[in-house]
Amino acid sequence: MPDQRTASPAQAPTLDPGAAAVHVRRIARQDRLATGILTIIVALVLVLLAAIVGYILVNGAGKLFDLSFLTSKPEQFRAGGGIGPELFNSFYLLLLTLLISVPISLGAAIFLAEYAPDNVVTVAAKTAIETLSSLPSIVVGLFGFLFFVLQMGWGFSILSGALALTMFNIPILERTIQQALEDVPRTQRDAGLALGLTKWETTIHVLVPAAMPAIVTGVVLSAGRVFGEAAALIYTAGQSAPALDFGCLDLTSPTCPWNLFRPAETLAVHIWKINSEGVVPDLSAVSNGTAAVLMVCILVFNLVARGAGKAIARRLTAE
Amino acid sequence: MSSKQAMSKRRLERCGLTVTGACVTLVAVLVVTLIVMVASHGLATFTADGIPLGDFLLGTTWNPHQADAAGNPTVGALPMICGSFAVTLLATAFALPIAVGSAIFVVEVAPGFGRRVFQPLVELLVGIPSVVFGLIGLTVVVAWTRGWAGGTGYGIFSGAVVLAVMVLPTITSLSIDAVAAVPMSYREGSYALGCTRWQTIWNVVLRSARPSLMTATILGMTRAFGESLAVQMVIGNSAQVPGSLFTPASTLTSILTMGMGNEAMGTVYSDALWSLALLLLGMSLVFILIIHLIGSKGVKAHA
Amino acid sequence: MHNDMSRRQFLGLAGGLAAVCGLGLVGCGGSGSSSAATTAAASTSAALSGSVTAVGSTALQPLVEAAAEQFMADNSGVQITVQGGGSGQGITQISQGAVQIGDSDVFAEEKLQDKSDASKLTDNKVAVVGMGPVVNKDVTVDDIALEDLKGIFCGTITNWNQVGGADEAITVINRASGSGTRATFESNVLKGTTVPDTFKPQEQDSSGTVAKMVAETPGAISYLAFSYYADTFKALKVGGVEAKAASVEDNTWTIWAYEHMYTAASPDAATQGFIDYMMGDEVQGSLVEQNGYIPVSGMKVSRDADGNVTTN
Repeated sequence: MPDQRTASPAQAPTLDPGAAAVHVRRIARQDRLATGILTIIVALVLVLLAAIVGYILVNGAGKLFDLSFLTSKPEQFRAGGGIGPELFNSFYLLLLTLLISVPISLGAAIFLAEYAPDNVVTVAAKTAIETLSSLPSIVVGLFGFLFFVLQMGWGFSILSGALALTMFNIPILERTIQQALEDVPRTQRDAGLALGLTKWETTIHVLVPAAMPAIVTGVVLSAGRVFGEAAALIYTAGQSAPALDFGCLDLTSPTCPWNLFRPAETLAVHIWKINSEGVVPDLSAVSNGTAAVLMVCILVFNLVARGAGKAIARRLTAE
Repeated sequence: MSSKQAMSKRRLERCGLTVTGACVTLVAVLVVTLIVMVASHGLATFTADGIPLGDFLLGTTWNPHQADAAGNPTVGALPMICGSFAVTLLATAFALPIAVGSAIFVVEVAPGFGRRVFQPLVELLVGIPSVVFGLIGLTVVVAWTRGWAGGTGYGIFSGAVVLAVMVLPTITSLSIDAVAAVPMSYREGSYALGCTRWQTIWNVVLRSARPSLMTATILGMTRAFGESLAVQMVIGNSAQVPGSLFTPASTLTSILTMGMGNEAMGTVYSDALWSLALLLLGMSLVFILIIHLIGSKGVKAHA
Repeated sequence: MHNDMSRRQFLGLAGGLAAVCGLGLVGCGGSGSSSAATTAAASTSAALSGSVTAVGSTALQPLVEAAAEQFMADNSGVQITVQGGGSGQGITQISQGAVQIGDSDVFAEEKLQDKSDASKLTDNKVAVVGMGPVVNKDVTVDDIALEDLKGIFCGTITNWNQVGGADEAITVINRASGSGTRATFESNVLKGTTVPDTFKPQEQDSSGTVAKMVAETPGAISYLAFSYYADTFKALKVGGVEAKAASVEDNTWTIWAYEHMYTAASPDAATQGFIDYMMGDEVQGSLVEQNGYIPVSGMKVSRDADGNVTTN
C-alpha cells in the first residue's frame, strides 16, 4: 500500500507489524463505535418521530373516528362542534393550489432544465426561484394580504389563499421537477433528438413521461406540506368557515362550496384559531382531533406519493 | 411537405420556449413584486416616519406605543435580531449532528432501510402544522426545560429545541442527497486502500460532500429563521436582548405575528412591523447569497 | 325526474321554514318586547337583502359569527361573512370602506393615525367585556389591591410575598403591545403610569395561549377576559371585588371595555338590520351572555373614548 498516506491522511504509517496490529484493532474499534453511534442517532430520531406522531394520534383518537365531528360545522361557544367545512376547505384549497402551481412549476422547470440560455436572465430567474424558496411563510402571507386581499380587492378568500400557497409551493415543485428531468438518462434525450424530434417534442414525449414517477411523488409530497401550512393563510384565506351548502351552485354565494371568493379556514388555521381565541368548552378535544385528522391526511399523502410513483414507474416500464 | 413540417416544428419549438419562458418570467415578476411591496411598506418607517435606520437596527427598546426622548416611537429591533440569530444557530447546532449522522446511516450503513423506511418517516415531520409543534412545545418542552433549568422554561433554549425538530427533515433530506451524491468510485478507492468504513466516511465522503452539506445547513437555517407560529408559543416574547438561553426572548417573526393584526395600516407601529418583515426578507436573501458563495467555492475547488 | 322532485321538495321545505321563521320573528316582535330595535329588525326583515362583511377583532368573532348565523336563518336575502384579522384590520378596512362592519376591542380613536377619521364612523357598542387578573393555582394570594396590581405590571413588585403571598417569584405574562385586552388593562389599572423600559415581561397575543401559560407556569400572573376563565388557573379579586358581571355593570369592577362594531356613517339597510339585530334582545339577552360577555343594556354606567365614566 504505497499510496496510503496520501489517500487517507488520518491513518498512521504502518511500519512495524506489531504496531500495525494495534492500529488495525484501533481502527476496527473506531469503526464499530462509529456505526454504533450512527445507529443510536437513527434510533433516537425514530423514537422521537414515533413519540410525536403517537402523541398527536392518541390525543385525537377519540374524535378521529367520529363521523359527526368530521362532517358537522364548528360551534362558536358550545361543545360538540365539528370540522366539516374546514376539512372540505383544506382539500379544495390544496386542489386549487396544485392546479395553479403544477403547470407553472412544470413550465419553469422545463425551461430551466432544457432551454435556459447561459445568461443573466437565467441566473436572475434561478435566483428569483431560490429566493422564493427561502422566504419565511409569514412574509409570503403578509405579501398575499397586501397584494391579493387588499390591492386586488379579493378579500380574505380561497383564491387569495391559493395564490399565497402557490408562491410557497412553486419553488419546491420546480426544484423537484427540474431534478427529475435532469435525472433522465442522457441516452433517452439523445435517442429522441436522433429520431429527428425537436427539443420540445423530446421533452414532452420522452423526458416528461420518463420523469413522471418522480414528478408525481414530488407533487404529492408538496401537498402534505401545503396541507399543514397556517402562517401564510391566516391573512389570506382568512379565519372563518361559513357553513357550506353543497346544493348551492351559485358561484357568487358565500355558502357555495366552489365559490373562489369566499373565506375559507383550513384545518391548520382552525387549530391555530381555536387555540388563540376559542371559547368552546371542548377546545382541547377539538384541537387534538383536528390535529389527528391532519396527521392522518399527511400519512395518506405520503403513502399515496410512494404508491403512485411506483405504480406509474411500473406501467411505464411495462409498456 | 417536409419544409412545411419543418416550419410547424419550428413554430412548435418557439411556442414551447415561449410558454415555459413565460412561466419562469411569471415567477420572477411575482418575486420582484413581493420584494418591492414589502420594501415600500418596510422603508416607510425610515422615509415617511423619519426614524433613523441606526435606531431601528441597534436600538434595544421595542415599545412602539411609547415615544422616546426625541419624540420618535421607540422601535429598536436589536433584541429581536439577536433572538432570531440565537435561536436559529442553536437549533441548527442541535439538528445538524443528528441530521448528518442519520444521512450517513441511511446512505452508508443501511441503504435499503434508510431509503425505504427512514427517509419517508422523517419527511412526515414536514407536514405537521407548526401550531401543533407549538402546542407540544408549550406543554412538553417548556415544562421539561423549567424542570431542570429553573426559571419559567420559556426562552431561546425551548424555542431552539422545537425548531430543531422542525428543521430536522429539511437538513436530513438534503444531507442524504449530499452524501449519496459522492461518486461511488471515491468510496471504492478508499476501501481498496484498506480503509475502514468509518475512515472512508470521515476522510472521503464527508470531505467531498462538505459544500452540499453546508448548503443543507443554510437551507435548514433559513427555515428556522422564518418559522413563526411555533416559536412564538415557546420563546416568551419578551423584547429584550437575550442574556441567557433560559430567559424569555423574542424573534423577528414572533413580534411580527403578534403585532400585525392589532395595528391599523399606515400607522407608525404598522410600518415598524413591516420593517421587521423587510428584515426577514433581507436575511433570506443573505442566506441565498451564502449558498451561492459556497456553490462557487465548491466549483472552484473541483476545478 | 327523481332529482327534480327532490329539488322541488327541498325548495318547498326551505320556503316553508323561512315563512315559519319570519312569522316567528314577527310574532316575537309584536307580542314580546317593546324594544324599538327588535321591532325595526322584524318589520324590515322581509325586504332585507345584500351581503355584509364584518372584519376585525378575533375576540369578538365567535359572537358575531353566531349572531350572523341566526340572522341569516331569518333573513335569507342577506349574506353575512365574518372574518377575524385583529382589531387593527377591522378599523383599517372599515375606514377605507372595504367592508361594511369593522369589529374592534378598542375605540377607533386609539388605532387611527388621523383621529378625525373616527368621526366618519358610527360606533355600535354591542357588548361589554370584563377582564381581570388570573394567576397560577400555586399562588396563595386571593385578593389583590389595584395599587399592587399596578406594581406587579410595572415591575416594582417582583415576589408574591410583597403582596401577602408565599415567597415565590412573580412571572408576569403581558399581552401583546397593541392588543385590545392590554389597552383596556393598562388604561384601567396603570392609569397612565408608563412602564419603565427596563421591565420587559413576556408577551403573548392570544387569550388561549395566555390561559395555557398561566395554568402551567408556577407563580405566573396575566389577565384575561371573563369568558376565558377556567378552573385550570385562579382568578383574583381586586380590592375585595369579585370578577363577575354584576360588579362590572355598576363599575365596582373597573377593568372592562366595550366591544365595538363600527359601520360607515350611513350604512346600507342590510348592515343596519344586522346591527339592530345585534342590539336586540335575541342577541343581547342570550348569545352575548352565552359567549361570556355582558349585555350593554344592563350597564348602569357608560364610558367614552377618553375613559370618562358617567352614570346612565
